[in-house]
Amino acid sequence: MEITLNWYLTLSALLFTMGVLGFLFRRNAIMMLMCVELMLNSVNITLVAFSQYLGDVSGQILVFFVMSVAAAEAAVGLALIIAIFRGKLTVDVTKINLFKY
Amino acid sequence: MLMTAPIMFFVFAIVALAAALGMLLSKNPVSSALWLILNLFCVAGLYLTLNAEFIAVIQVLVYAGAIMVLFVFVIMLLNLAELPDLKKVEWRRIIAFTMGMGLLSMLTFISANALDMLPNPPSLAAAAENGSVTNLGKALFTVYAMPLEIIGILLLAATIGAVVIAKRKPV
Repeated sequence: MEITLNWYLTLSALLFTMGVLGFLFRRNAIMMLMCVELMLNSVNITLVAFSQYLGDVSGQILVFFVMSVAAAEAAVGLALIIAIFRGKLTVDVTKINLFKY
Repeated sequence: MLMTAPIMFFVFAIVALAAALGMLLSKNPVSSALWLILNLFCVAGLYLTLNAEFIAVIQVLVYAGAIMVLFVFVIMLLNLAELPDLKKVEWRRIIAFTMGMGLLSMLTFISANALDMLPNPPSLAAAAENGSVTNLGKALFTVYAMPLEIIGILLLAATIGAVVIAKRKPV
């Protein structure tokens, strides 16, 4: 049987939903960052699948840039988590309310 | 597409979904990170079933090699205890679950309805040619040369920013 584009899109939708659910459910800030990485990955699957099925290289260039931005985002996000952990000794996002009042 | 692509696709897809589920359900952040690494490797395999070799290699190098090492390093550095479970049923969780399921049904509805509009699978030669390093490198250093330079500056800024933020004394 032939794998159509729909299979890739459905897989991507499932992975993206898992990422969204994890992001909304978990309270650990590091876990939330990892769920963002999962979401970015599922979008990358869609981009590469469309790029290959349409025979256009632009989609894969975009994936390349998404990966670079994801690396930058992970570095800065983890640095922020370390900075917050030093002050509050927790990574629980329900306890971090520096901007609340 | 590759001859063995259908079997490879299903194997990688099922393992990727199982790994994502394991990441969501495990309480320990370290095992979550390890599940995510398995998931990222499976996504690299999925890129191979699409004949996108360059992106598959970059996926393993950048995601599984660099980003996840950073995550595991920070998790072990902070020595996190497990967060205690909340006792009461949170209304936030119910809303989150409903929103997630709504999103999933919307996405699958769209991808199922677009069936007749979607392009046919490309031939093996065309797909391999499109995803080759030669083709991508050509596009990256001609049409997309300017974005490439900007990405370089962004990565430099992120590196300096991360060092400055992590070095600062607690407020």
